[in-house]
Amino acid sequence: MDALDISRWQFGIITVYHYIFVPITIGLSFLVAGIQTAWVRTGKERYLRATKFWGKLFLINFAIGVVTGIVQEFQFGMNWSSYSRFVGDIFGAPLAIEGLLAFFLESTFLGLWIFGWDKLPRRVHLATIWIAATGTLLSAYFILAANSWMQHPVGWTMGDGRAELTSIWAVLTNSTTLVTFPHTITACFLTAGALLIAVSAWHLKRGSQDDVFRPSLRLGAWVVLVAGLGVMITGDVQARVMTEQQPMKMASAEALYDNTSSASFSLFTIGSLDGSEELYSVRIPSLLSFMATGDPSGEVEGINDLQAEYVDRYGPGDYVPNVPVAYWSFRLMIGFGVLAMVIAAAALWFTRGERRPASRWLWIAAGSTVAMPLLANAFGWIFTEMGRQPWSVFGLFKTADSGSPSVSTAEAATSLIVLTLVYGVLAVVEFALIIKYAKAGAPEIEPPAEHDADKPLAFAY
Amino acid sequence: MELTTVWFILIGVLWAGYFLLEGFDFGVGILLPVLGRDDRSRRLAINTIGPVWDGNEVWLLVAGGATFAAFPEWYATLFSGFYLPLLLILVALIVRGVAFEYRHKRDGARWKQGWDLCIFWGSLVPAILWGVAFGNILRGVPIDGRHEYVGGFVNLLNPYALLGGLTTLALFTLHGAVFLALKTDGPMRAEAGRLAARLALVAVPIAAGFLLWTGLVNLDGWGIALSVLAAAALLGAVWLTRIRREGWAFTATGATILFAVAALFITLFPNVMPSSLDAANNLTVLNASSTPYTLKVMTWVAVAFTPIVLIYQGWTYWVFRKRLKLSDIPA
Ligand code: HDD
Ligand code: HEM
Ligand code: HEM
Repeated sequence: MDALDISRWQFGIITVYHYIFVPITIGLSFLVAGIQTAWVRTGKERYLRATKFWGKLFLINFAIGVVTGIVQEFQFGMNWSSYSRFVGDIFGAPLAIEGLLAFFLESTFLGLWIFGWDKLPRRVHLATIWIAATGTLLSAYFILAANSWMQHPVGWTMGDGRAELTSIWAVLTNSTTLVTFPHTITACFLTAGALLIAVSAWHLKRGSQDDVFRPSLRLGAWVVLVAGLGVMITGDVQARVMTEQQPMKMASAEALYDNTSSASFSLFTIGSLDGSEELYSVRIPSLLSFMATGDPSGEVEGINDLQAEYVDRYGPGDYVPNVPVAYWSFRLMIGFGVLAMVIAAAALWFTRGERRPASRWLWIAAGSTVAMPLLANAFGWIFTEMGRQPWSVFGLFKTADSGSPSVSTAEAATSLIVLTLVYGVLAVVEFALIIKYAKAGAPEIEPPAEHDADKPLAFAY
Repeated sequence: MELTTVWFILIGVLWAGYFLLEGFDFGVGILLPVLGRDDRSRRLAINTIGPVWDGNEVWLLVAGGATFAAFPEWYATLFSGFYLPLLLILVALIVRGVAFEYRHKRDGARWKQGWDLCIFWGSLVPAILWGVAFGNILRGVPIDGRHEYVGGFVNLLNPYALLGGLTTLALFTLHGAVFLALKTDGPMRAEAGRLAARLALVAVPIAAGFLLWTGLVNLDGWGIALSVLAAAALLGAVWLTRIRREGWAFTATGATILFAVAALFITLFPNVMPSSLDAANNLTVLNASSTPYTLKVMTWVAVAFTPIVLIYQGWTYWVFRKRLKLSDIPA
């Protein structure tokens, strides 16, 4: 492996890792804000306890989201310096704007929220969590605008050996961003809803704190179902945009080698890994054509035809991404998301009224819900990024040319090993803490007092 | 003024803001083993920075992002060239950030001791390495005609840069001690004040040595003037800590940091990263910058949003303005 391969592994590992915490942060910040609003509105103590409980899990998660984000910000310069030189004029702007508009907002107002329980008037304190949550959305928008530009470059012109920005507006309203953002955000809500289901189910099964966890479970299940519907609708739109902009990605997602009309969609295939030969597959007629073009009899371009076309346009080379990865990550994204929705629907059904089902399997399923959208998210990104290969900026700049000439293989290997080890340890620690606090249940608390100078802080590290 | 100059100044402002703010929370972390005799006093120290350290760190993220947007060549050369030191800084910032959040989340002496070590090392390492990095930038490093750093790791460990590292370490530690004296009440306040007075005596010769060396190598009128101001502010800080005027002492250490960063940036201008191989390879504000259009866009964004950020960050400091004492820390 050379420095470039190592950098690719490193980018994939640390970004997928960052993205374990990101969707939980985005989704849960809004759910916590919503529950706290319910408390401020109604004054009911169980809402306050729920706010504190979910808020604590949120913060344990947030801590890792933040520190892994720092690495993200610098890795383009560290490992992808040629890429940074080529795109900096365009790509740097959304990143800088993200920091100025979003990260300041998130970090400052979360600090106020964490430490401000006794220090701020109730409504001002409530506003801080809403503002922090809004910050997460802004952050997602700008980083997705940056990423979408790599999928579908707009508003640029070729300058002296680099891409130069001609319209920031075009970059910020890239059609790719406009479809990616709702898909990603609804997926974040799906994820947070699944977390609510999993943790609440643990408590409901034991009959502890029903007053907090029954509503939490049902809230989580509804969030999963509604957000899941949103994920499907936006994903469908996205598939069409993607087929138009990156037909090779769609062809690889289906391992479709030749142009085909009324193309069917295979749910899964047994055969050679890259789908070029199949022994057995379950197919839904015309679905692929419909997904890709909106017309059941539409024609979908195949890998071989596209490869020939790209050789004509971009010169000799291999323009086919890793087909098994594209094929399976696309299916696993959808599959794990649908599974989470099925469990959510079951959870709603079996807990209707005051029911508490006895089946052990049901509880195990509910308890593991949270893993599914996390996997779906990871596969979604792996699909998006790997399906774009060999390009780092589609049609413009290749991954093979993106690395840092001044970083040696030994240096790259050092950082890969160090970061993987640190992240591994953090994962164990964070998981143990989440379990500990999830099991501890909602705290018994006295409602925050009006300010009293001699009382200890309501919250301290 | 040219937009490239404006952005050079803005990047300088972002680094100055970063060192001014995160400087004291590094200092608090470094002093944790000294001033935090028992768990409760360690918690007291940590809570003085609890609500603000994350916001302080964002100054670094924005400095990085703004460098990427305004001077992509600088961003690319700097971070790929200083690869291993930067990796160390990142790991330090990771363990430190997690430590603040996690140390109180479980009981047990070993758990807390472990995180305390993370806070200490996580503060100490970047406090030194940022100085080393800027020392190297000022001194010039081997950069070839493609703007690639070709020096390797050991090249970065030269006496001048190491003295730069000691300087930031001494300044941040002093800044942190003064901050603790300003933000606490009771025994911690007195002890931090005494310690600050002693630290100031260490910081003065180190910082003076570094500024003098810089002045001798780069004879630049403005740079020297600002260095003199930084030195004067530092001497002021020495005196103010002795007479226990904590607020003014903190202003003085803050001013020292601001003047010192200003001196470094002015000395550097119009280069952003000089090459020690050939002046033709220097990265300058002109050949490292983005296009005028991008700079214009970014200028509007900065003009519109920086004041808002300053207002709400300032408000946070106002909300948490009260001095903390041991009895404030819940069991
Ligand atoms: C802002 C830009 C950006 C964003 C938001 C993402 N990526 Fe990406 N990705 C890149 C910018 C990028 C990149 C720097 O440009 C890479 C490195 C090489 C390449 O072609 O693209 C890349 C490569 C890359 C690879 C390795 C592909 C390969 O080498 O074959 C993986 C697995 C991912 N990414 C995964 C992700 C995930 C899980 C993300 C979700 C957070 C993600 N990316 C967001
Ligand atoms: C590769 C591109 C990415 C970069 C450079 C990046 C950068 C960062 C940085 C520097 C932070 C820390 C901010 C702080 O200290 O408060 C952060 C956190 C965060 N990022 Fe990313 N990020 C990337 C990918 C993403 C994506 C794709 C999303 C969302 C769709 C996202 C959403 C967030 C959110 C919500 C946070 C808040 C902290 C948390 O996750 O708990 N990031 N990111
Ligand atoms: C019917 C279901 C779904 C469809 C049709 C769908 C469609 C898509 C498509 C076409 C892309 C690639 C976009 C591109 O590369 O240009 C994508 C990406 C992605 N998907 Fe899905 N998806 C579905 C379900 C899910 C679920 C359940 C999740 C997670 C809970 C999810 C999370 C993601 C993520 C995180 C990405 C990467 C970011 C992006 O490009 O939007 N998707 N999806």
